Amino acid sequence: MALDTGVKEVLDNHYPSTLESVDLAESEILKAAEQSGFDEDDQHRIGMAVRECMVNAVVHGNRYNRNKKVHVRVSVDGPAQGARLTIRITDQGEGFEMHQVPDPLHDTNLLRHSGRGLFLMGAFMDDMKVRKAEEGGTEVTLVKSIGARE
Amino acid sequence: MSVKLNTRQVGDVTVVDVSGRITLGEGSSALRDILRELSAKGNKKILLNLGDVTYIDSSGIGELVSGFTTVANQGGTLKLLNLTKRVKDLLQITKLYTVFDVHEEEAHAVRSFA
Repeated sequence: MALDTGVKEVLDNHYPSTLESVDLAESEILKAAEQSGFDEDDQHRIGMAVRECMVNAVVHGNRYNRNKKVHVRVSVDGPAQGARLTIRITDQGEGFEMHQVPDPLHDTNLLRHSGRGLFLMGAFMDDMKVRKAEEGGTEVTLVKSIGARE
Repeated sequence: MSVKLNTRQVGDVTVVDVSGRITLGEGSSALRDILRELSAKGNKKILLNLGDVTYIDSSGIGELVSGFTTVANQGGTLKLLNLTKRVKDLLQITKLYTVFDVHEEEAHAVRSFA
């Protein structure tokens, strides 16, 4: 790990739109989280958020289209005792509007079969942003810091 | 296979011992299939033992919810047993912990179907 407090890019991959990519990205990002000093509980939360985000990108964004990729970039910054992990996951789909996503905690939605992924990503990370990617598709940014609030 | 399922009878209660990962794909499909099969065969008292479930994602949660609904629509009851802390936390933050009847001890869970 870098001794200075600059940003260090630790992962920059394009994955095919398959469920195997979800496992692979999760595994690679968890390695980065472990090497950055996150404890086991935080690693689990990061892994869960990454998995949900990758599934969204593969299934809902790219719709398993073999001609579309999921771009994953991971960087680490901050001092050794308070590393911050930033994960950017970008698909090549049509995009969506956050305000149109049903609230999975609303009484009328509790027993829905799906629709909890975005909520869980936000619950497990310190910060989450969703925006339309410049090149088209959706970019989700997930951030987690060591020692941040629960 | 990412998930293993073992079915056994304890009186008139069908216990499904689940181990491994219940995630989108093989894991969640296997859980969905067994719950549908049990319900279609007329099993009305189903206890899911999740003590050896190491990981569950939102798809797995979705199959638990769908299974709960499917069994209920057939006039039956689906209950949960032996949740790990992580699975319990997940059900709590999704407000599903109070939807399911959750137990920590099998004999007690089986008696609760009476």
